[in-house]
Amino acid sequence: MSADGCGAPAGGVPVSAAKDAGTQAVVQGRVTQNGSAVPVGYARLLNSGGEFVAEVPLGADGGFRFFAAPGSWTLRVLAPGNVRAEREVSADVGTITELEVAV
Amino acid sequence: MSRSDVLVDADWVEAHGSDPGVVLVEVDEDTSAYDKGHIRNAVKIDWKADLQDPVRRDFVDKAGFEALLSERGISNDDTVILYGGNNNWFAAYAYWYFRLYGHNNVKLLDGGRKKWELESRELVTDVPHRARTEYHAHEQDKAIRAFRDEVVAAIGQDNLVDVRSPDEFAGRLLAPAHLPQEQAQRGGHIPTAKNVPWSKAAEEDGTFKSDDALRALYGDEAGVDFSRDTIAYCRIGERSAHTWFVLHELLGQANVKNYDGSWTEYGSLVGVPIEVGDGK
Repeated sequence: MSADGCGAPAGGVPVSAAKDAGTQAVVQGRVTQNGSAVPVGYARLLNSGGEFVAEVPLGADGGFRFFAAPGSWTLRVLAPGNVRAEREVSADVGTITELEVAV
Repeated sequence: MSRSDVLVDADWVEAHGSDPGVVLVEVDEDTSAYDKGHIRNAVKIDWKADLQDPVRRDFVDKAGFEALLSERGISNDDTVILYGGNNNWFAAYAYWYFRLYGHNNVKLLDGGRKKWELESRELVTDVPHRARTEYHAHEQDKAIRAFRDEVVAAIGQDNLVDVRSPDEFAGRLLAPAHLPQEQAQRGGHIPTAKNVPWSKAAEEDGTFKSDDALRALYGDEAGVDFSRDTIAYCRIGERSAHTWFVLHELLGQANVKNYDGSWTEYGSLVGVPIEVGDGK
């Protein structure tokens, strides 16, 4: 992906792509329904106060990724058919925090 | 200015999206989203490849904008309906950009691509053919675009609205949380700026909040003085275009500018004042 603009990764984020968090606090994962990827939907990151911080469309494999600040976050998933799911997650610098969200 | 002058809803697009004189344009942060499926008869504009000068940090010039719209088959008389993902983030940027070059007959699809997708409305992969036009742009309307010197001059004088997330405002992050953390030389915000994250203007489905809710958000809660001129900024000027839309087009504030240089420019300028820490 391009790092010099606001461009999101093409077609969402394949989870296998990030092997090393480096100096980033990465929160990433995959959204599934009955074991299959949910390719249409959105992942939203809310801060500890419940305020919206960022949103990405899900990739073809249901994947999402955020580069957060260290701390506690809420991940909220929106998908067609009024599907909603939330997970609490904490992020740390140098760590990839993986989430599997079954809806 | 009323909402119906600047917004349409999904039912309107389903009924009129293919009418002569109406052009749907998708502008997305994820520039591949269009190729996976888009609203029938929509054309695509790539916010980066189509709208940025490939060498200098600036927009394509007037001739470049004319060439782009002519090639996409958009005429001066067309009603342009913009939509995109992420609460119309980049669609609002394109809206501001169209207005910058004098195309005033432009509206946003309220809720954008997200609401459309979440309602399982039709998306197609057919790319429409539109006959080439001879588009004529105006000179840039500098009344809606701010440059760095006027931003520095506005400190303590006019409203500065920093529409980034609280962590970016405080200097803890340098970019939105879904992007790698890099860019400006320093973190923080312009002194006296109020922090109103752009996304607070949108409901979860991407539609804009009511005028009353928006007026309370910027005025009562954040302390923006509506009797003064306003400059909005973010990191590279796209989120702040969304806020420009809210303040100028929905709330009807007269003098609102978008500082597209934004934090990647300001946070790298030598000698300008910077504040760090959370908003007061």
